[in-house]
Amino acid sequence: MAIEESAPRPDKGYSLFYDPKVRGFVFQALMVVLLVALVSWIATNTYTNLRRANIASGFDFLGARSGFDISQTLISYTTDSTYFRAFLVGLLNTLLVAGLGVVLASVVGLLVGIARLSKNWLVAKLATIYVETLRNIPLLLLLLFWYKAVLSVLPSPRQSFTLPFGSFLSNRGLTLPATQFQPGAGWTLLAFIAAIVFVIGLAFWANRRRMATGKPFPTLWVSLVALIGFPIAVFYATGSPLNLNFPELRGFNFVGGFNIHPEFLALLLGLSLYTASFIAEVVRGGILAISNGQTEAAYALGFRPGRTLRLIIIPQALRVIIPPLTNQYLNLIKNSSLAVAIGYPDLVSVFSGTVMNQTGQAVEVIAITMGVYLLISLITSAFMNWFNSRIALKER
Amino acid sequence: MTATAYDFAYVRKEEEPILAPPRRESGIVAWMRTNLFSSIGNTVLTLAGIAFILWVVPPVIRWAFIDAVWNGTSREDCVAPGAGACWAFVEAKFAQFMYGRYPIDQRWRVDLTGILLLIGLIPMAIPRIPYKKENAFYLLVIFPILAFWLLVGGFLGLPYVETSLWGGLLVTLVVAITGMVVAMPLGVLLALGRRSQLPVIRFLSITFIEFWRGVPLITVLFMASVMLPIFLPPGVNFDKLLRALVGVALFTAAYMAEVVRGGLQAVPKGQYEAAQAMGLGYWQMMRLIVLPQALRVVIPGIVNSFISLFKDTSLVLIIGLFDLLGIVQLNFADANWASPQTPLTGYVFAAFVFWLFCFGMSRYSIYTERRLQTGYRR
Repeated sequence: MAIEESAPRPDKGYSLFYDPKVRGFVFQALMVVLLVALVSWIATNTYTNLRRANIASGFDFLGARSGFDISQTLISYTTDSTYFRAFLVGLLNTLLVAGLGVVLASVVGLLVGIARLSKNWLVAKLATIYVETLRNIPLLLLLLFWYKAVLSVLPSPRQSFTLPFGSFLSNRGLTLPATQFQPGAGWTLLAFIAAIVFVIGLAFWANRRRMATGKPFPTLWVSLVALIGFPIAVFYATGSPLNLNFPELRGFNFVGGFNIHPEFLALLLGLSLYTASFIAEVVRGGILAISNGQTEAAYALGFRPGRTLRLIIIPQALRVIIPPLTNQYLNLIKNSSLAVAIGYPDLVSVFSGTVMNQTGQAVEVIAITMGVYLLISLITSAFMNWFNSRIALKER
Repeated sequence: MTATAYDFAYVRKEEEPILAPPRRESGIVAWMRTNLFSSIGNTVLTLAGIAFILWVVPPVIRWAFIDAVWNGTSREDCVAPGAGACWAFVEAKFAQFMYGRYPIDQRWRVDLTGILLLIGLIPMAIPRIPYKKENAFYLLVIFPILAFWLLVGGFLGLPYVETSLWGGLLVTLVVAITGMVVAMPLGVLLALGRRSQLPVIRFLSITFIEFWRGVPLITVLFMASVMLPIFLPPGVNFDKLLRALVGVALFTAAYMAEVVRGGLQAVPKGQYEAAQAMGLGYWQMMRLIVLPQALRVVIPGIVNSFISLFKDTSLVLIIGLFDLLGIVQLNFADANWASPQTPLTGYVFAAFVFWLFCFGMSRYSIYTERRLQTGYRR
């Protein structure tokens, strides 16, 4: 027992009641007992309630036929698919909108954050207005606004706005020309992958050479040529194996083309513009945290403002920015669940909505949904922590 | 011969008036040269900004003011071609947006609750006013009891009002404030638990906090509305609003715990050691020495959490409660007011109300932050 091993007892007036170790032990044991009692109470209640309502338990329902359709699917899905397939469709839709949202929000946030610090009064004020407006409005309102007040009141396909490259914007969403790959298109893809490998190798080589000899190498331009020029050259060399299927107006809707649903557009725009306003503040805070001496030193060395920002300020600011930025990314991922309000078929809307209503297995469905979000959050924060430790100041 | 002073041809006896600075270096011209047109790039940006303003602002003003319909009794007034915002809709529905379907002859109870809240909140928010402890006691203990009696009623002479009749800004404020009042002590306990020496307590606190922080509020609300009834003994059934409140409070408590933890970490270790040296026990030390310092530091953080909680209350509309946003949206379906401009007008109105509250609170948070920083500012 822990009590015997502790420090020698003072001889008189000592009571076990006042021993911090004993107290801690008793307190914790009490906590565990209470928790176990609470959990078993909930478990018994759940069991009785489910028995009464005649709801099956277990995860067998995942293999059953779903019988409902989903408007946007990244993988093949029909009404004959299983509930598990529906779950995957929802999960992929969540990941799609969250992934694109993170990229878009980062770009817009970075630009707005820098703009708020601009010496240009007008630009700084516009950026401030953007941040202060969006940050103080609920995201749900923003989503509904985009969906119901902007995208839904666009004209019908017959009077749709014509955009460049044969695309149309209407209340059915954004209709783009669809790309149809012909046999032989694989070469272009291969060329693109080869270009990526080449660029990574080039970056390593250029970095090592600069470290060794101090000679810079125009990595950016060479990379751009390799990434864009080489695949295009291969594309034409193999005889342009790509057809563009332009949307055509037939009857009341478009035929052909690739349609981006208004729900997706509204969610992506709302989510990224909202999060961008928070990221802008994070970026601004990070840049302000870098002492002005760094800028002055860079100017003294002859750097121009653009390069000072890119080479001196931002790399240092990143260290301050990454942890709060991680929080914003996590928020964005979790907020993508608001899709349910505008009917975008994400994980919550498909699984916690339709599937739960059809099967009635609330406990399992909500547990799976929460588990998935927990997992996504943990993976994201693990990745960002790894990235953070890579760029963190190495104190020797 | 040596030259004396009066041999010079001219000696200035009094001071010459100071010349005005060159035209180009002062006044509005100079301000524009440095702030708007300092370089080619800046000029381009400025022109783009002006073009953007000219593109956005006039249509917005035309929509919101010039073409707007200010008075009217039905959709007929708002469907005219070229009509702008349908403010008449907001005017007609304003009482509903504030109180929901709360019985009209009982609405004074809501107003009185609001006044009681302000009586507690205003002196709390102004740092110079003394008796903060008594004030906090009023806000956290006495006011909730009074508010419950006034809003729900059913005893001491007030008729009972079902929560399903509540709506609008009333529900938004009830969810946000109850969430906060419950989450605050829970968050403090969790934060203490997370920094506790006792491994079991620490583990439980960390699990609790990380779980609630890792899942979206929607799933929490779904869980509260669907799973809570399953978790409780058969026959026990409680109201939808209360279920949402439980979910919101637990969710907020986790975030609050992290805010408070920041404050606990900011209290120097010497304070803890000094308190222990004085012979204070754990709870005495926390109550008298650590928490007063820690909570002071995190006031801005608490206000910020409250802002995000306030915005998040709008999610309760997904589980079928009618907060401000929910009730505005519900009224779009009113056939008497359905017009192409109604949704846009309603959303803009709701956005404006939310914005007013959140912007006000964020200004307050910045103000306290500045006030607390005075000692360290360079």
